[in-house]
Amino acid sequence: MTSKALSIIENDGRAAKGKDPNLSDEELRRIYEIMVMTRVMDDKGLVLQRRGGIGFYLQSTGQEASHIGSAYAMLDSDWFFPAYRQPGILLLRGVPLDDIVNEWFGNDGDTSKGRQMPVHYSFRSVNFVSISSPIGTQLSQAAGAAMGAQMRGDDTVFMTYCGDGGTSSNDFHAGLNFAGVYKAPVVFVVENNQWAISVPFQKQTAAETIAAKAQAYGMPGIRVDGNDVLAVYRASKEAVDRARKGEGPTLIETVTYRMGSHSSSDDADRYRDKKEWEAWGKRDPILRFQKYLQQKGLWDAEFETEVQTRSKQEINDAVKRAELRSLPAPESMFDDVFMNQTPQIKEQREDFLALEGEADEAQGEFPL
Amino acid sequence: MSTMTLLEAANKAMQHEMANDERVVVFGEDVGLKGGVFGTTQGLQNEFGDDRCFDTPLSECGILGTAVGMALYGLRPIAEIQFLDFIYPGFDQIVSEAAKMRYRSGGEYTCPMVIRSPYGGGIRGGHYHSQSSEAYFCHTPGLKVVIPSTPADTKGLLIASIRDEDPVMFLEPKRIYRTAKGEVPDGEHVVPLGKGRVVREGSDCTIVAYGAMVPLVEKAALEAEKQGKSMEIIDPRSLVPLDEELILESVKKTGRCVIVHEAPRTCGYGGEIAAIIAEKAIEYLEGPIARVTGFDTPFPYALENLYMPDVRRVMSGIAKTFNW
Repeated sequence: MTSKALSIIENDGRAAKGKDPNLSDEELRRIYEIMVMTRVMDDKGLVLQRRGGIGFYLQSTGQEASHIGSAYAMLDSDWFFPAYRQPGILLLRGVPLDDIVNEWFGNDGDTSKGRQMPVHYSFRSVNFVSISSPIGTQLSQAAGAAMGAQMRGDDTVFMTYCGDGGTSSNDFHAGLNFAGVYKAPVVFVVENNQWAISVPFQKQTAAETIAAKAQAYGMPGIRVDGNDVLAVYRASKEAVDRARKGEGPTLIETVTYRMGSHSSSDDADRYRDKKEWEAWGKRDPILRFQKYLQQKGLWDAEFETEVQTRSKQEINDAVKRAELRSLPAPESMFDDVFMNQTPQIKEQREDFLALEGEADEAQGEFPL
Repeated sequence: MSTMTLLEAANKAMQHEMANDERVVVFGEDVGLKGGVFGTTQGLQNEFGDDRCFDTPLSECGILGTAVGMALYGLRPIAEIQFLDFIYPGFDQIVSEAAKMRYRSGGEYTCPMVIRSPYGGGIRGGHYHSQSSEAYFCHTPGLKVVIPSTPADTKGLLIASIRDEDPVMFLEPKRIYRTAKGEVPDGEHVVPLGKGRVVREGSDCTIVAYGAMVPLVEKAALEAEKQGKSMEIIDPRSLVPLDEELILESVKKTGRCVIVHEAPRTCGYGGEIAAIIAEKAIEYLEGPIARVTGFDTPFPYALENLYMPDVRRVMSGIAKTFNW
């Protein structure tokens, strides 16, 4: 196991000899546009939170190559069991911006019906499984779904994500262990962004790399430069192909950096060295990819302006539309606990609605 | 009809559903080759193959996490947790994932899965093979909690649980795995969740009990009858959803209620039943509600017979509803 990470885009923007995945011009430009859109969307989300428009936001800034590059290796019929820092997958899969933004607001247009805090998406239409906040739970679920596909003879591949912090969770061990034992078609992508809120990678594990952990689970472990979208894509494509051929799971460690704070509730300046942040800023995954595109004649200032302007316009428009919407209907709180409401939930719903009605009539009084 | 034990009835229910629906898979520790440490899954691997009934690594977190994933993908997993006392490494997958999936995804994703686990004391198993922790699960919205007390109910309720569209905790009273014997309908037999059973009709006092406490309170009812008191016994069969109507109707008729469970008293399910009666039928009560339960102590190995409710304690509870 080498700790050297696979890297493809060199300093001058050229691909390392023999390693270019040779994506078409159209594909390359699409990946770039989605990376830019993801960042623009993240910027807007944080600004919106700061202005009080939404209650919370969590950015993926700096990790666009890591999650978009890996997700690009999947077929539309494949499934994602995401963590909470992979919003670019939704854009890649064509989820409308309105659906994404409505989730931030938890409004009556939110397909999850306002049930979760911002960025905890669920989009069954594109096989993007509902996100939860507890760390790592999706890893064993992905292994289970992959075992299920295997039993049914489907060739679906599953990709699941966590951060370096997630590798300490019970489910990391359980998920990789089960996937290894049953040779399940799942790719574990660990986005090693160096920080789990305020705890650095070195305090998460004494292992030199996360990729090294794969050996103990009997699967290949690949370490890749997470800010190099082509390297991430190439490693992921190989892993996805192996999984589809029945050759079992892979652990991919993408070495990257969380450029923002953990979330809108956190201030990384309080615990992080500014120099470290500046150094990683010079390795920005979007600028890196830009250089590659430029030397291939696929990027220029005009294209950049067009992509930036369009992205900002689209997100601003979606936010404006979302702001006009209302909260979900109060009684919807009682739906979807079970397929059918239990007598207890029905009764609570009726009591709640009766009191809501009374409150209107009593105009703020509380008669006994 | 065939006569069988509660344990055999659980086995027959799984066999029936595995034959009926190819999405049904059974897995857990030692459930495949060995057929389960109690023998509940015996023969299933032979009959349906090791794709449908299989052994897993020793990890409750993994068993339950993979079960959630399979359910999300469209299978109907039945995950066995060897003893309910071992379930906690997978607690997160039950309460934060399976139970909340439908709600948090706005109804997009669901987790139709059954978590089967033997529970309860009386087998000389100490803390870690004896506890009754049903209340933890009843307190989690999104989870159904089912506890049978007869072989026929075991088959009917387990089949209903496997067919349910939501996650179900199916807790098997291991103390009566082999002692509860009875007639069980052959073939299709479904007992709907949320419908209790009148175990015995009576007129003076209602006893609510579930699991291994049902045969116990039946004995106590016979004792009470000798003393001229007529006991009605209600087995709710599922704690979530609860058949409140059946309990309330009975209490309105008898005017008295004793609730019996082996779990510790504080925040135990008996408190919920008592509260429902107090809220909705207090004017019918002719005496205080009594709870006969395990004590608020960890489960004591050597003294388990004194910890668990017995006929004497149930009689004492009945007496409290009459003499106050």
